[in-house]
Amino acid sequence: MTTRKLRDIASVVRSKNAGPFELTFDVMFDDVEIYEKVKSSGVFTSELFQRLYRVEPHRVLSVHCFDPALSFKATIARSISSGTAGDSDVFGAQQHAPLLDVEVPWN
Amino acid sequence: MDEVRVLSPTAILGYGYPAESLEEGMSRKPDVIAVDGGSTDGGPYYLGIEPGGGGGGQASAFLEFLARDMGPLLEAAVRADVPLVVGSAGFAGADLHLMGALSVLYRHAAEKKLNFKLATIHAEVDKEYVKKKIRAGQVEPLGPVPELTEAEVDKTTRIVAQMGVEPFVRALEGGAQVVIAGRANDPSMFSALPLMRGFDQGLAMHMAKILECGAIAASPGSGSDAMLGTLRNDHFLLEPMAKERRCTTLSVAAHSLYEKSDPTKLFGPGGWVDLSDVRFEQSDERTVKVSGSRYEKAPKYELKIEGSKKIGYRTIAVCGIRDPAAIAHVDELIASAREAVARQYPDLDPETHRLFFHVYGRNGVMGALEPSTHVPHEICLLLEVVAPNEGIATTVCGFARSLILHHGFDGRISTAGNIAAPFSPLDIPAGPVFEFNVYHLVAEEDPHALFPIDFADV
Repeated sequence: MTTRKLRDIASVVRSKNAGPFELTFDVMFDDVEIYEKVKSSGVFTSELFQRLYRVEPHRVLSVHCFDPALSFKATIARSISSGTAGDSDVFGAQQHAPLLDVEVPWN
Repeated sequence: MDEVRVLSPTAILGYGYPAESLEEGMSRKPDVIAVDGGSTDGGPYYLGIEPGGGGGGQASAFLEFLARDMGPLLEAAVRADVPLVVGSAGFAGADLHLMGALSVLYRHAAEKKLNFKLATIHAEVDKEYVKKKIRAGQVEPLGPVPELTEAEVDKTTRIVAQMGVEPFVRALEGGAQVVIAGRANDPSMFSALPLMRGFDQGLAMHMAKILECGAIAASPGSGSDAMLGTLRNDHFLLEPMAKERRCTTLSVAAHSLYEKSDPTKLFGPGGWVDLSDVRFEQSDERTVKVSGSRYEKAPKYELKIEGSKKIGYRTIAVCGIRDPAAIAHVDELIASAREAVARQYPDLDPETHRLFFHVYGRNGVMGALEPSTHVPHEICLLLEVVAPNEGIATTVCGFARSLILHHGFDGRISTAGNIAAPFSPLDIPAGPVFEFNVYHLVAEEDPHALFPIDFADV
C-alpha cells in the first residue's frame, strides 16, 4: 500500500493558540476528493495526536472534521500557558511541524 | 438592495494598513468603520503591566503604533460622517490601556480640529465583583484552567471582561460617532451597527468574526490590510481592499477555524453562531459569498473574564554553541549549571526562583512536544531565569551562564569557552513576567452591568 505525506496533499497545516491554555491544529485541503480520501482513511484521531506529541489521552481535548472548509481540527491542552515562565511559543504558531510528515494510506 | 457595509482597516489597531486600502474602502461608502484593538494573543504581559513597574517601554511603543493608525481612521470617519468603533483598545482593554488609546485620540482630534460625540466603554472588572460571583458559584473555568479562587483573584494585577455587542449598540444609539471600548469579544464592534439595523444575527456575527482579523482571511493574507464586509438579508460578501489580494472560498473557510477549538461554533456572550450548514461560494474573482450561518441563543448569558498576575522578573542569556563536543554534552552543561546554582544559592526557594534552558536546534521551539532527535551543527542555548526581583534574576543568570562557559566535560579539547555570546551585556533583564490566572466564564444576567459608558463631546 502506498501512502502520501500531509505536506504533499494538504493546502494548510498550522497550529495556533485557541486562548492562552489551548493549542489548536488545522489541516485543510483544497480538493474535495483528497479531503474525502483523508477523512475515510481515519487517520485523524485522538491517538494520532497522543502519539505525535507524546501527550496523555486527556490532554487531547477534541478532534473534529469540518466539511464546509474541507478541514480537520484538533485541540490539545498546553502544559505551560501562553507567555509565562518557561513557555517557548507565545502564539503557539510553530507546533504543527510533526503533522507535516503524517502518512495517509493512499490506495 | 438592502445592505450594510462594514470596513475593517486592519487586524489590530496598531498593526498598520496601506493608505490606498483605506482610500479604496472609503470609496465604497461604508456604513461603519470598525477595528479590533487587541488580543490575548501576545500573552499575559500586556494585561498585567503596571505603570512604573518595569517593562513599560513596550506599552508606550504600542501607543506609538496605535497613534499612527488612529489618525487617518478618525479623519476618514468624521469626514464621511460614519461611526468609528474600536474595541479592546490599547491591546489588553483594561482602563490603563483605554486611557492610553484615549490620549492618542484626543491628541489627533486637537491636531486635526475634529469634533464628534465620543463614547468610552469601560471593561475593567472590580475584583470584589468576581469574588462575590465565585461565592455564588457563578464562575467556571473556560477550558483546561483551574477553578478560580478568591486568593487567585487577589493576585491578579487587574481583570477585564469581554463585552458583547449590547454596550456598543447602546453607545451608538446614544449618538456616539466614535466609540472607544475596553476589552470586547472580537466580533462585537463589527456587528453592533448591522444588528441595530435589524440584520440577521448569525450572518452579522459570522461576518464580524472574519472582519475582525482585517485581511487575514484573504489570499495572500495580511493582518495589516483592509477588508470590506457587505451584509444582506440572506448572505454576506467579503472583499479585500488591496487589489493584489483576493478572497477565495478556501481562504475564508480557513479563517472560520482560526484560533478556536470547535470549527462549527463561534461562541460569544449569550450565544453562538452555528456553522454546520455554512456555504462558501466564489462570487467574483476577489469576493466570497457566505450564507447559512445561524445564531443560537445560550441558556444563560455568560461573559469571559481575563486576568494576569505577576510572578517575578526575567533575565535571559543567549549562548550559541558550535563545538561538536559541547553540543554532544549540552545536557551535562545544563545539569552542571543547575547543580552549581543550587550549591551556590542554597537559600533560594525553587518555587519562586526558576531556571529554564531552551535548547534551540534541538527542541527550543517545541520543548517536550518535539519528536525529532536530529543533532544539528550549531545550537542556541537560551537561559531564562525568573526570580522575585530583577537583581536576583540577573545574578543567577550570570552565574549559570559563566558556569556553562567554562564547564570542563570529558574529552574537551576546546578549552577557552563553550559558548558564543552575541551581546554585551551578556545577561539581559527582560522585565516583569506575568501569567494568565483568570480565564473563566462568569454568569451575568445584565449584558451592560460590567461596562459603564461615558459620553463626551470632543
